[in-house]
Amino acid sequence: MAVNIGLNLFRHELTPAEVVKKSREDRFFAREIIDGIFTDFIEFHGDRQSGDDMSVIGGIAALNGKPVTIIAIDKGIDINDKLSKRNGSPEPWGYRKAQRLMQQANKFHRPIVTFINTPGAFPGKTAEAQGQGEAIAKSILESMKLTVPMIAIIYGEGGSGGALALATSDQVWMFQNATYSILSPEGFASILWKDSKRSDEAAGVMGLTPKDLLNKNVIEYIIPESRNHPRVFNLIRKRLDDEFTRLNELTPDELIAQRRARFRAF
Amino acid sequence: MDLYENQRSTSKIKRDASVNDRIPDGLFLACPYCGTQMYNKQLGDYRVCAKCGYGFRLQARERVALLTDNFEEMDADIEMTTPDFPGYAEKLARAKSQTDLGESVLTGVANIEGEQVALGVMDSYFMMGSLGSMTGEKITRLFEYATAHQLPVVLFTASGGARMQEGINSLMQMAKVSAAVAAHQEAGLLYLVVLTDPTTGGVTASFAMQGDVTLAEPHALVGFAGARVIESTIHEKLPKDFQRVETLLENGFVDKIVPRAELGQIIAKIVKLHHRTEI
Ligand SMILES: [Zn+2]
Repeated sequence: MAVNIGLNLFRHELTPAEVVKKSREDRFFAREIIDGIFTDFIEFHGDRQSGDDMSVIGGIAALNGKPVTIIAIDKGIDINDKLSKRNGSPEPWGYRKAQRLMQQANKFHRPIVTFINTPGAFPGKTAEAQGQGEAIAKSILESMKLTVPMIAIIYGEGGSGGALALATSDQVWMFQNATYSILSPEGFASILWKDSKRSDEAAGVMGLTPKDLLNKNVIEYIIPESRNHPRVFNLIRKRLDDEFTRLNELTPDELIAQRRARFRAF
Repeated sequence: MDLYENQRSTSKIKRDASVNDRIPDGLFLACPYCGTQMYNKQLGDYRVCAKCGYGFRLQARERVALLTDNFEEMDADIEMTTPDFPGYAEKLARAKSQTDLGESVLTGVANIEGEQVALGVMDSYFMMGSLGSMTGEKITRLFEYATAHQLPVVLFTASGGARMQEGINSLMQMAKVSAAVAAHQEAGLLYLVVLTDPTTGGVTASFAMQGDVTLAEPHALVGFAGARVIESTIHEKLPKDFQRVETLLENGFVDKIVPRAELGQIIAKIVKLHHRTEI
C-alpha cells in the first residue's frame, strides 16, 4: 500500500497525465541522488568495446559503509549536458557499460542498485548498427543470472525496453511521480488511435503510475517525494540497506530462483 | 502443470488453411523487397522471390508444414484473462479465426530432418506477431519443456513488437521469456534463433537476440526501433538496406543467412553437431 506522506494530504491526487508531466520534469538528478544516498562514489567509464555513453553513469560507492555498484541513467543538467545524453536515451554501449559493471559487481559480491530515468533506448542509426536490440536483450539475460542482489529505482521516466534493461532485478521501486510503461502516452495514442494529441487520455488507460504498477505487482515500493531531498535520500538509504541485508541472507540459487519467479508470474 | 495436455499431433499439415492458398495462382504480386512482379504460383511451395530470394511472410502453420516431418503442438488452448482494453477482445478473436492459432506463436515438439527439437514459430498475421502475455507464456513454457526434456529450442521470430493493448504486461514478457532462456542456457542446451521478416521492437530486444546461433532469412527486416521513428529523431533518410539482415550480418549480429528451402537441412545439421558426445 502506498502511504501518503503528510505533505500531500491536502492536495488532490494527481491524474495519470499529470504524473507523466511531472515525471519528465527535472525533479531529481542522477548525481544528486548518488551523492545524497551513498558516500565515496567513484565513477567508472566505458564498455571496453566501443566507447563510453555519458547517459549511463556507473561506478562503485559505499552504502552505510558497505560497497555497492551503482548504474544510473541520467538526462543531464544543462542543455549541452542534455544534448550529449540525448535526454537520457542510452546508446548500445551504454547498456554494455552497465553489463560490464554488473559482471564486475557479481565477481566482487557487491549488490547492484540502478537508477532509471529514460524515455527509452536511443532510436538512432548508429544505435541500430551497433545492436541496440542485442544490447538490451543481453542486459536482461545477464541480469537474470546475477548472484548478487539487485534493486532498480525508477526516479523519472521508465520508458519501455530501454528501462527494463536495467530493471530485471529482485525488486523495482518507483518515485511517487515516476512512470513505467511499454511506450510513451504520445506513442501509444498515435499507434492505437492514430492521434498523438490524445496522450492525456492514453496516460489514463495505460496504467503507468506507481500506484497502478504496485497493484499489478510490477513494483514493490513507492518512494514518497518531498521538496526536502535529503529526507528522500535518507529514506532510500535506509531501505536499500535493509533490503540488501535481507536479500544477502539468501543463497545464490535462492536469489536467482526468486528473481526469475518474480517475472514468471506475469 | 501437465505439459502433455493440449498436445495435438499433426503430421505434415496441409497448407490449405493459409491465406496464401487463397491467393489464386494467376494473381500478380510484387516482391516487397526488390519489387519484381511475378505470378503467385511462381513463388513455389516455399514462397520465395525468384529474383532476390526474399521469403514472403508465412503463417506459422504453413511454416511448420514446410519445415517439419512431424509436429506435436503444445499449449494450443491455454486461456488467460485478457485485459479489458476497448476493442481488444474483438481484435484477438479475429486474429484467432484468421490464423487458426490461439496466439501469435505456435509451439510444440517437432522433428526436423530426423532431429527432435522444441519448436516455436511466431506468426506475423496474428496481430502483427505482437508480444502478448499468452505469446510470452507459450514461449516460456516451450523453454521450460525443452529444459526439462533436454531438447534444443528452435525459434522463428516474427513480430511488430509489443502488444500495446496489454500495456506493461507485454513488457514483462521480455523478462519472463529471458528468465526461461537463462535456465535453458545453464542446462547446456542449444537455442537456435531464425530471424524472419519482420522482427522488431521488444522481441528484438529480448529473445530474438539471445540465441547461441542466429540464422536469418534473406532480406528479412530486423531491428529495434522503427525506421520512421529513427528518421524523425535524427532527421536523416535511412539507406535501403538499413535493418535488413544482410546489414546485421555485416555488423556481426547474425551467424548465417539461409535461403528458406535450405533451412531444414541447416537447422538439423547444427542441432546434430550439438549432440553431446564423450570425448
Ligand atoms: Zn525479390
